[in-house]
Amino acid sequence: MPTQALFGQLLIGLINGAFYAMLSLGLSVIFGLLNIINFSHGAQYMMGAFVAYFCLQWAGLGYWWALLVAPLVVGTIGIVLERTMLKRLYHLDHLYGLLLTFGLALVIQGIFRNEFGSSGLPYGAPALLTGGYNLGFMFLPTYRAWVVLFSLAVCLATWYVIERTKLGSYLRAATENPTLVQAFGINVPRMITLTYGFGVGLAALAGVLAAPIYQVNPLMGADLIIVVFAVVVIGGLGSIMGSIVTGFGLGVVEGFTKVFYPEASNTVIFVIMALVLLVRPAGLFGRAS
Amino acid sequence: MPEPLLTVRGLNAWYGESHILHGVDFDVSPGEVVTLLGRNGAGKTTTLKAIMGIVRRRTGSVRFEAAELATLPSNAIARLGIAFCPEERGIFASLDVEENLLLPPVVKPGGLGVDAIFALFPNLRERRHSQGTKLSGGEQQMLAIGRILRTGARLLLLDEPTEGLAPVIVQQIGRTIERLKRDGFTILLVEQNFRFAATVADRHYIVEHGRVVDLIPNAALATSMDKLHEYLGV
Ligand SMILES: Nc1ncnc2c1ncn2[C@@H]1O[C@H](COP(=O)(O)OP(=O)(O)OP(=O)(O)O)[C@@H](O)[C@H]1O
Ligand SMILES: [Mg+2]
Repeated sequence: MPTQALFGQLLIGLINGAFYAMLSLGLSVIFGLLNIINFSHGAQYMMGAFVAYFCLQWAGLGYWWALLVAPLVVGTIGIVLERTMLKRLYHLDHLYGLLLTFGLALVIQGIFRNEFGSSGLPYGAPALLTGGYNLGFMFLPTYRAWVVLFSLAVCLATWYVIERTKLGSYLRAATENPTLVQAFGINVPRMITLTYGFGVGLAALAGVLAAPIYQVNPLMGADLIIVVFAVVVIGGLGSIMGSIVTGFGLGVVEGFTKVFYPEASNTVIFVIMALVLLVRPAGLFGRAS
Repeated sequence: MPEPLLTVRGLNAWYGESHILHGVDFDVSPGEVVTLLGRNGAGKTTTLKAIMGIVRRRTGSVRFEAAELATLPSNAIARLGIAFCPEERGIFASLDVEENLLLPPVVKPGGLGVDAIFALFPNLRERRHSQGTKLSGGEQQMLAIGRILRTGARLLLLDEPTEGLAPVIVQQIGRTIERLKRDGFTILLVEQNFRFAATVADRHYIVEHGRVVDLIPNAALATSMDKLHEYLGV
């Protein structure tokens, strides 16, 4: 077993894991407070990458600006969506939210495919992050290292805000009992809207990070989101640290499977999901309700 | 008689299609402790929730100081200086004791400080880093009352604070209510336990089938026992 290949796959695993973690984190936060399984998450991730592309093409704003602009733009679109459509579904079964957001994802992806085809548009990494380091046992591309570290930082910052701050205590409490939190004087409907905007913004941020690695493609989120849902099921909806650990962990597991048993690398996550469902239906970190 | 602090007139309320309150009328003066007594399912909790705006579908008038509450959402009602302590206590499992205590935002000046609350309920100080729902039933009730004392709300709606608690804890809650009354809080108390209610309240309203059907001043309670037994079915 060449160590080169091992470390190469470990790195790819960490990269994939970074996207799994960021996306499942947003899904978890959204599900916790809105009770909605946000199936348009993959489309919103794709929109983030496209906003980065538009920023460059139309406004000459590069990668660093896109990291800021894309979450704001896509998050704002999410907020409009929540105010006009999602908020009508909160008192209904999860299934309605899932169907609506699934339909929206198809519509959004269809529009982008119509406009931009499905071959993918190139988007380069910023000059500061090109090149790489020769570590002796492997070559580490700077941009990939950046993606892993940056998304880890974003995930941990999100965890910190939710689990350790006053604002986070409102969010946790409202996830448990929104009626009572509102009766204490908190504007819970506004908090719900902003939370959705935040979760969607996180997906868009992941989209910008992905653009230089995978190109900008209307269907880039469609396949990814299926795996991310499996990650969420394994980790257990609603646990913040659970999403982060499971996301990175499964990315790595997937990477190693490519080295040791490549035939299973596309299915290993789903096999793990089936096993976890058998043993712990609420997920590894989920609280059984 | 001073101007009432809270005036409820013709209050109707619904859960979905079920019509629960059918014209509730009563008032509470500043500094009073007033109870709502009644059988299971009479509509006492619903009355508190309709005042608080937690039951959204409601008609009639709920006046607090100069404000009309019947059309406001619950967060706006809380901001006017009313706080609600629910029957099921509503302690949050994902928050520790201190976070539970600090959760309700301060809406008016003049609330109790955290130290004053810990002085009232010393157990809470010792357990402030425990998960909220790991507390005993009595401690959870203290936490549920304690956390609304910080907010500066002057009208407290307490829903069966003594339910299911040991006699010593009931006494401690009784002393707390007396102390709050001395401090000038106004309290609307829902109770099943009229023996407890008699030790703390000025007046008692009887709720039956979604209406207030009688008013008994605390001084007249002893002579109204037969009537009361009939109302409460005890
Ligand atoms: N969420 C709800 N949906 C539908 N009906 C409800 C709901 N909550 C209460 N009710 C009904 O409303 C009526 C009044 O209930 P409420 O809880 O106000 O009674 P209560 O006087 O507080 O009784 P208890 O002493 O048992 O707490 C009851 O018939 C109850 O079944
Ligand atoms: Mg009740």
